[in-house]
Amino acid sequence: MSVTVKTFTSSSEAAAALSSDRSARYLGGGTLVMRALNEGDISISTVVRANDQALSRIDASGPRITLGAGVTFARILAERDLAFLHAPARSIGGPAVRNMGTVGGNLFAPSPYGDFTVALLALDATVAVQGGFGARDIPIEEFLQSRERQAGTLVLSVSCTRPASADAFRYRKVARIKPKGGSVITLAAHLPISGGRIAGARIALGSMAPTQIRARAAERALEGRSLDAPSIAAAASAASEGTSPSDNALGSAWYRREIVGVHLRRLLSGQE
Amino acid sequence: MSKTPLQFRHNGRDVAIFVDGGTNLLVALRELIGDMTPKFGCGQGGCGTCSVLVDGELHLSCLTLAETVAGRSVETLDSLKQGPNLHPLQRAFADNFAAQCGYCTPGMLMAAKALLDRNPQPSRAEIVEAISGNICRCTGYEPIINAILAASGGRASA
Repeated sequence: MSVTVKTFTSSSEAAAALSSDRSARYLGGGTLVMRALNEGDISISTVVRANDQALSRIDASGPRITLGAGVTFARILAERDLAFLHAPARSIGGPAVRNMGTVGGNLFAPSPYGDFTVALLALDATVAVQGGFGARDIPIEEFLQSRERQAGTLVLSVSCTRPASADAFRYRKVARIKPKGGSVITLAAHLPISGGRIAGARIALGSMAPTQIRARAAERALEGRSLDAPSIAAAASAASEGTSPSDNALGSAWYRREIVGVHLRRLLSGQE
Repeated sequence: MSKTPLQFRHNGRDVAIFVDGGTNLLVALRELIGDMTPKFGCGQGGCGTCSVLVDGELHLSCLTLAETVAGRSVETLDSLKQGPNLHPLQRAFADNFAAQCGYCTPGMLMAAKALLDRNPQPSRAEIVEAISGNICRCTGYEPIINAILAASGGRASA
């Protein structure tokens, strides 16, 4: 199977090519699209690429950080100013996958992949996309809910606000193989503390639904309270509410529902 | 379908080939250049036996679109040989029984080389991390870890 490869120097030209062709897919690091081509995915007849430097830019100097869609996980790990994102970046693949896989591609990685996106969802990231209609910013939650319809748009970058402290953002990936492996479940929590109480709790889960989702019931159990044993217990018992995990080789839906509260409790109480 | 001309450095030598659209680097290396040292395992990025170095960075050649290496340097296991002699990593693999069926070995050696190139004396934990993207179904990994430790001057434990 041969496909047509179109390489552009600017992201806007690539976005135009992508939006005008339903069978076109954007090639970033290759870990999703090349895999599909190797498997003989005949729905892809055109591969679009862009050599735009802006897509691999990292802006991590201020309180709000921006990662170009083409930034690899290896580059995040090499950036001291992005220490809060090191745990999710390190939890992905082996070194070769981290040298190739990108932030933008991870937004499209189906379950049991897409761990970095779980972290971005907890951090309330904004996704900058360019479609046939021009560029716009989309909240990550809205982006994920309409992910199927985003295939014709080009992700330019993601941005989020740096957590106020190292303790305010926590991440945990449960895998059967360490240090690498597909996710049984992935959890991320952003818990800003104001006057000793949690204000604006966001908990995100991976592999608990077709896309990464927020655990809203668990967030409600924490909101306005201090992070102590009773609030953690309440959040843990509400963790599986609203989830719709599926069975796969890594774990059954039943198992995922059973353990999500256990791992949320461990995450919130700082246990290994 | 038209073919695309592609030039890059392969183990220190300039090569020029024509590739079909969508050809991955592994196919280009094996079928168009004749370098059979990188192996095809899963084609999904899960096994690591196709690992090569692109500008010194460990990449999976089966997930690399061939034309993205235009003008870049690609090193495969074939670049490790030093005339009739084995590379110290290859010697250490042989001495430590780190290869059984041998299918993972090209990827293991390239992952180990990528590690030692930037961290000549890694800890055991760093070695485990470095080969975490490479699957071996024979050895149980311990002989491989010991071989890399031995090649880096560390003491291989029994």
